[in-house]
Amino acid sequence: MAEIIQEEKSKGGKKKPKTHIPHIDMTPMVDLMCLLITFFMLVGAMSKAKVMDLILPERIKDPTQQQAPRIAASRTLNIILGPNDKVYTYPGNVKPEDYNNLPPLTETDLSANGIRKLLLDKNRMLARRITDFKEQVTAGKIKIPQDSVQSAISKLKKEDDTGPIVLIKAYKTANYGDFVNILDEMNICGIASYMFTKITWYEDKMVEQAAGITPTATPTASASTK
Amino acid sequence: MPKIKLPTKSPRIDMTPLVDTFAVILTFLMLTTTMKQPEPANVDTPFSISEKPTPDFNTITFLLSTDNKVYINFDNGPDTILKYKPKILAEMGKNYNVTFTDQELREFEKYPSSFGVPIQKMKEFLDSKTPAERKALQTGIPMDSTDNQLANWILFARKVNPNIQACLKGDSKTAFPVVQKVLDILQDKNVNRFSLITSLEAVRINLDEIQQ
Repeated sequence: MAEIIQEEKSKGGKKKPKTHIPHIDMTPMVDLMCLLITFFMLVGAMSKAKVMDLILPERIKDPTQQQAPRIAASRTLNIILGPNDKVYTYPGNVKPEDYNNLPPLTETDLSANGIRKLLLDKNRMLARRITDFKEQVTAGKIKIPQDSVQSAISKLKKEDDTGPIVLIKAYKTANYGDFVNILDEMNICGIASYMFTKITWYEDKMVEQAAGITPTATPTASASTK
Repeated sequence: MPKIKLPTKSPRIDMTPLVDTFAVILTFLMLTTTMKQPEPANVDTPFSISEKPTPDFNTITFLLSTDNKVYINFDNGPDTILKYKPKILAEMGKNYNVTFTDQELREFEKYPSSFGVPIQKMKEFLDSKTPAERKALQTGIPMDSTDNQLANWILFARKVNPNIQACLKGDSKTAFPVVQKVLDILQDKNVNRFSLITSLEAVRINLDEIQQ
């Protein structure tokens, strides 16, 4: 690829030995390097996976210390991850005694018009407050260091007492993607309090009724660890 | 007025400094990029909006494949600064009456990706040289109630390195009972904080749209 430049003959006709260094055209090399740099920069930025934190309540091993958490039934929203990426919700709580009279489940899905709409509807005040706060930070109306934005938001969440308390449960045919998606929805909608708990047998029954599954007596993985 | 003569030859730009700089940047980027090691099972992580990057060390990652097998990985690969990988294996071997030679421990330290080998087969796994042989031995970590090796891995990992952090890496299609089981085992060992490994996705919510 070297391009050697010949100097024009001088008019005098006298030949001098040429001392000129031959020029090398570096344009293709620069092009290639540019491409490689772009590639490596993108690979470096993209390959890093992200993590989402999940904190579960500590398990109390002593059965005498165990007791159901006291939460207001009016604020409770149960979300059950069902089969085929379906999501079932019902408000309040159900006691095992009324297994003959189970409340109906509302079927929805994990799309933006499904569960997100429902959650934002219930969590409107807090979600509005968080979005306003974020907007004001971006607009520069609130002067706050970037590091403390998160803690300010969690303070907003802590002060909130109108939003739903969400209990997430998973039916045995749900998959991991649904689980991550529903936790992600909690973050998107800014739900202040949510918890992942084990599904109860009557909720199993509710899902089976709603989805039209004939109950099977196969021992699930969650049951065998006990 | 005299005509201005345009030079017929295009001016030449000396690109040498440019090339020099590019070469330096390229070398830097090539050295800092860590190539992803092939995992024993293909896993497509689900998406989330979380922007927190994965920690580089002090992690124990559980890889949950679609065929319900569990694999373990310490510190995302071979280069542990803290050098606790061989210690965990030695402790684990002591518990199951398997003694590992120094060479096997070194091999374990160098092993670049997740492993899913029962401890009884671990010696064979570390001694084998071809990837095909190794792949055949990757049958997932046993975690039945009779032979709960996963629980012991967690126990010894936490004993050797108390700061270890549990990460879960699952495929979107992994059945939930497996996830529940791993979470149960971890909670039995008093691990209540988990990091779920996800890929980044941008989501914007519009409250006004959902007003009605």
